[in-house]
Amino acid sequence: MKINVAGTDKEYAAGTTISQLIAAEDVESPDYVTVSINEDFVKSSEFSTRQLQENDKVEFLYFMGGGC
Amino acid sequence: MGMTNDQLERYSRHIILKEVGGKGQKKLLQSSVLIIGAGGLGSPAAMYLAAAGIGTIGIVDADEVDLSNLQRQIVHTTADIGKAKVKSAKDTMEAINPDVTVNAYRQFVTSENIMDLIKDYDFIIDGTDNFPAKFLINDACVMAKKPFSHAGIIRFKGQLMTYVPGEGPCYRCVFKNPPPKDAVPTCKQAGVIGAMGGIIGSMQAMEAIKYILGIGNLLVGKLLTYDALTMEFHTVQLPKKVDGCAVCGDHPTIIKLIDYEQAECSGK
Repeated sequence: MKINVAGTDKEYAAGTTISQLIAAEDVESPDYVTVSINEDFVKSSEFSTRQLQENDKVEFLYFMGGGC
Repeated sequence: MGMTNDQLERYSRHIILKEVGGKGQKKLLQSSVLIIGAGGLGSPAAMYLAAAGIGTIGIVDADEVDLSNLQRQIVHTTADIGKAKVKSAKDTMEAINPDVTVNAYRQFVTSENIMDLIKDYDFIIDGTDNFPAKFLINDACVMAKKPFSHAGIIRFKGQLMTYVPGEGPCYRCVFKNPPPKDAVPTCKQAGVIGAMGGIIGSMQAMEAIKYILGIGNLLVGKLLTYDALTMEFHTVQLPKKVDGCAVCGDHPTIIKLIDYEQAECSGK
């Protein structure tokens, strides 16, 4: 199925969960990433169970602490 | 208030813009912006806001200028090493533009002092280097109904968003709580390319100027990310409203400011 990850169209197997996507995309500090699907935040407790759907638009939002 | 001939000349490239004009320039001259952190983000923000003729600029930082700051903190010079950062930043801003009144606050923001610091300013810029301060600034601005620009930089990446009371999500809507100490790398541990502060801090100054002038679209409800290596900007659309946000939601559970444990990159 086709999904959009951070603005790029990608192909993933049907049934892929958010946790599997986080691993496949090699997300930095995966325990502290915020995920939105179709402009709605997903609770981290749902990452391992929620399956992505065709045409989902996924965004990863990262903590960025620097300013120094 | 009329402008002097010197002011008409100094700000001529602003005044000629139809979005600014003489009226807009006077607005800038009568406005005030508080910059929290005189570092990588705060330096360019301070310099552009001073040059733009923001009438009153506050700058907050307790640190002194260190040699390792100078690769990116362009408001300070080699001769400033050892001086209070707020003094050095004030000197630079006043040298750029004598129209500007600079208030220097040599302190770190805490739950005790932040409400008093922000209360007289029109717009706040978060140029801090640690999550406890970023959450504190967010919560204080939500409680005091102050607009602010949040930003973060690390390695070759940067991001920013703007909060305007009642118009979109706050920083806590997106990030909920500070990560545990050392869970997420700081720029001291991971490094940051100096020009990143220039790009993102200048965009924070741009948001402040647009807010004051009431022009264009702000980064409200959006997080703009920038990757210097791929040279790509990406705008993440945030939810219009986040149900149950602990500070800006309909039933806030955070009603007192919190001093989280410091995990800053010590500014050095």
